[in-house]
Amino acid sequence: MAGMHELAVTESILEIANQAALESRAARVTDIYLTIGQLSSIVDDSVQFYWDHISLDTLSEGAVLHFQRVPARLRCKACGNEYELNEELMPCPACGSIALEIISGEELLIDHIEVIREEK
Amino acid sequence: MTQRVEIVRRIMDSNERVALENRALLDKKGTYGINIMASPGAGKTSVIMETLRRLPPSVRTGVIEGDTAPVTIDSDKIAALGFPVVQINTGGDCHLDAVMVDLALKKLDLDQLNLVIIENVGNLICPAAFELGTHANVLIASIPEGDDKPYKYPNIYRGLDVLIINKIDLLPYLDFRMDYFSQGVEMLNPGLKTFPLSCKTGEGFDAWIDWLTTTLPAKV
Repeated sequence: MAGMHELAVTESILEIANQAALESRAARVTDIYLTIGQLSSIVDDSVQFYWDHISLDTLSEGAVLHFQRVPARLRCKACGNEYELNEELMPCPACGSIALEIISGEELLIDHIEVIREEK
Repeated sequence: MTQRVEIVRRIMDSNERVALENRALLDKKGTYGINIMASPGAGKTSVIMETLRRLPPSVRTGVIEGDTAPVTIDSDKIAALGFPVVQINTGGDCHLDAVMVDLALKKLDLDQLNLVIIENVGNLICPAAFELGTHANVLIASIPEGDDKPYKYPNIYRGLDVLIINKIDLLPYLDFRMDYFSQGVEMLNPGLKTFPLSCKTGEGFDAWIDWLTTTLPAKV
């Protein structure tokens, strides 16, 4: 099932990509590289689902979405241990502390796009 | 031959820019804004109504009600208490965004208001992605939802300034492990200001009202 806020997220991706394509005088966008943290509650399939519909008849029509997933990494403030969350949120596996800092996994970025320039 | 165009921009950038404009408007008017989020049934409207009843009359409050459908059940209740209320129909959208709030703020006479309470759409996922420009993001968790919500919805807990735990009168009847819940919250949002309370018994409300009234800026 497609999540609903992914529609707004996908619209933003489209707006940013089309704007960048326009500014660089591109004929069309071929690829879009996204950086999405594991903690960011974004379902790739939902974004793709909306993308296929809303990108039609724009400079980004047919562009391939690339999702670079960033794992959730935590640093323990008590012992300095760094660890990756694979499942549920959990205390530091080394010392059990719950004084933690999230150092990655919340990204929601459009990194770069690839375009084809207009022919002279 | 394709060419690479660097962007490196936050996807939610355009919403965040409007949110900053909302904040600037509220600051200019000396009006404090709070964004109330929760899952459906956590008691958002009940907490807001009880808060309106308990705030001193000197605190002039307006309410923005977000609903996915054009039903005015909640806004009618607020209006019946005599407070100015603006309803936003999101047209099925699962969250409020900064543009919707911008439009709603312009329908309130902010010169006359110390406080604007925004009731977001009942949802623990989508509203977390949309800053509205308020001064405080408040989540109302409730005992019947279960103690695992910080673990399942870490995102919304990350962005909070205040946590209200509603329906604490039900603690004796449900298997809600407060220490497990609080541990999850602490891992995500250390030292989060938390107010356990009950709309039913009134327990805990004084602390919340005290915090709110002392936090409000002096009206310019």
